[in-house]
Amino acid sequence: MITIQANEVNKKYGDTIALRDLSLSVEKGELFGLIGPDGAGKTSLIRILTTLLLADKGTATVNGHDVVKSYRAIRRQVGYMPGRFSLYQDLSVEENLRFFATAFGTTIEANYDVIRDIYQQIEPFRRRRAGALSGGMKQKLALSCALVHRPEVLFLDEPTTGVDPVSRQEFWQILKGLQERGITILVSTPYMDEASLCDRIALIQDGQLLGIDTPAALRKAYPHPLWDLQSSRRYELLHFLRQQEFTLSVFPFGETLHLATRPDVPEHQIRESCYSQGFTDIQLTRIEATIEDCFMDRMAPTADPEIH
Amino acid sequence: MATSVIETHELTKRFGNFTAVDRITFQVQPGEIFGFLGANGAGKTTAMRMLTGLSRPTAGEGIVAGYDVYRQAEQIKRRIGYMSQRFSLYEDLTVRENIQFYAGIYGLPWRSIRSKTSELIERLQLGEVARTLVGSLPLGWKQKLAFSTAILHDPEIVFLDEPTGGVDPITRRQFWEMIYAAADRGVTIFVTTHYMDESEYCDRISMMVDGEIRALGSPHDLKTQYDQPDMNGVFLQLARHSERS
Repeated sequence: MITIQANEVNKKYGDTIALRDLSLSVEKGELFGLIGPDGAGKTSLIRILTTLLLADKGTATVNGHDVVKSYRAIRRQVGYMPGRFSLYQDLSVEENLRFFATAFGTTIEANYDVIRDIYQQIEPFRRRRAGALSGGMKQKLALSCALVHRPEVLFLDEPTTGVDPVSRQEFWQILKGLQERGITILVSTPYMDEASLCDRIALIQDGQLLGIDTPAALRKAYPHPLWDLQSSRRYELLHFLRQQEFTLSVFPFGETLHLATRPDVPEHQIRESCYSQGFTDIQLTRIEATIEDCFMDRMAPTADPEIH
Repeated sequence: MATSVIETHELTKRFGNFTAVDRITFQVQPGEIFGFLGANGAGKTTAMRMLTGLSRPTAGEGIVAGYDVYRQAEQIKRRIGYMSQRFSLYEDLTVRENIQFYAGIYGLPWRSIRSKTSELIERLQLGEVARTLVGSLPLGWKQKLAFSTAILHDPEIVFLDEPTGGVDPITRRQFWEMIYAAADRGVTIFVTTHYMDESEYCDRISMMVDGEIRALGSPHDLKTQYDQPDMNGVFLQLARHSERS
C-alpha cells in the first residue's frame, strides 16, 4: 500500500527551479531517505507533501489524500519536524509539548506511550526554557512535539544536520523504533553514510532524482570497476591517477582513494603504472561502491569551472 | 613557544560554575592541518572563540600567531582568517564587492586591494560572475569564495568552522583540495567538521569531550590506539559516554 505519492511535481522560486518533474512513492511502514546536498529540493518536496507549500505543477497524495484538496485531513495525520529549530524558545520543554498537543486537540497524557522513549530523556529538564537546551535535547523535544498527536506518517527535514556522530547514531535508533510502531517515515539528510539505515532512498540533486531504490540495489548498479587505493603519499597519488588514461574518476575517501576505471582494465596495469612512478607502497583492492560513490557518479555535471 | 602557531597551556573558560573548556593544552605547527573534533556541547566553539580573540579565557595560557590571547586579542584578529559554517559573505553584494569589503576589513591598502581582487577572481575563474550578487551563486562557488576571502590577507592561520556542511560530495572534496593547497603555501589550518571521513584528511586531530581534550594525534595513531577501522569508530568510542550531549 502506498502512503506517500508524488507525481511529476514542479516548483520554482522566481527563476530558480527547486523541483523538476519529481515523482516518487513511499510504501506504508517504510523508512524512506531523501538524500542530497543543500539546494537539492529536499525541503521544498517535504513542504509540498506536508501541505505547507503549493506545487506549481504535478500532484501528490499522503495517506490517499490529495495535498491540495484534502490538506486538512493530511495535517491531522502527519507529523513534521522542520530543519530549523521550530519550537518556542521562551516556553519551557513541557509548555512546548503541551502547546503542540493542544493545537491538535489532544493531550500529552493520551499519547504518552508514543513519545515516552524519547521524551523521558528530556523530562528531567521539563521546566527549562527550550532555548536553553543543548542541541541533542532540542532535537528530542522537536521530535516529541512532532509525534504528540500520534501521526501515521512522519516527515523529518535534516534532523541530523550539524549533529555529532554519537547523537546521529542515537537518533537513527529512535527512528527505527518509531518504524517498528508502524509509522511511515520520510527523512531527508545530506549525510550519504546514513543512506544504509533506510529501507529505500531517493538520491536528489538540483530538484531531480538521480536514482531511487534500496541502498543495496543502488550500490550494485554502480556501472564501473571500482578500486580502493592506499598510499602514504595519498595526494601525490591522487594527482597522478587523475592523469591516467584508464581513470574515469578518482576521489579521496577518508584515508584512502576510490578509483573508477574504464571497463576491463586489469589489476596489474594499475599496479604497474603506480609502481613505475615510485608509488611502491600502494595497497589496491577491488571494492563495491558506497552510496557516496553512486551519488557522485550520477551527479549532473555542474557548471563549476573547477570540476575534474 | 617559538615555532608553534597556536600554543595553549591549561586554557580554561568558565561561565558561572559551568566549566565549558577545561584546561586544554596543545600546540599547532605552521602549515599543519589540525582537526578540532568533539561532540555537540563539548566546548569546541568556546575554545575557538578564545583562540580567535573573541572571548577572554578564565585561566591558563594561550598564544596565537605569536600574540597573547589575554592582552593582544586585536593583534590576533588581524593575523588570522575565519570562515564559519554559514557563509560569512554578504549575499547582496557582488563577488567583487565582497572581496574588496573583506580586504578592507583586514586592513589591506587600496592599491593592494585592487590587485588582490583581480588576482583572486582570475584564480577562482569567477571573471564572468564578478558583478553578480553572491546570493545567486551556487553553494560550492560561495564556499570557495568565502575560503579565499578568509585568507586574502595572508594570515598565518585560518579557522574553518564546519566549512563543508550540506555541500555535495564532489564540491566537498574540491574544497579540501583548496585547503591542501593553502596548507602547502604555509597557511596553518584549524578546522572543525562533523564528517568523519574528512577528519582523516587532517595531519592531526584533537577530540574534545565534556570540555577536555581526551585524545590528540594523527588519524592513523588514534585509530591504532583505539583499535578502530575509521575515525567514526574512534569518535563513537570516545564520545559515547559524554555527559553533556
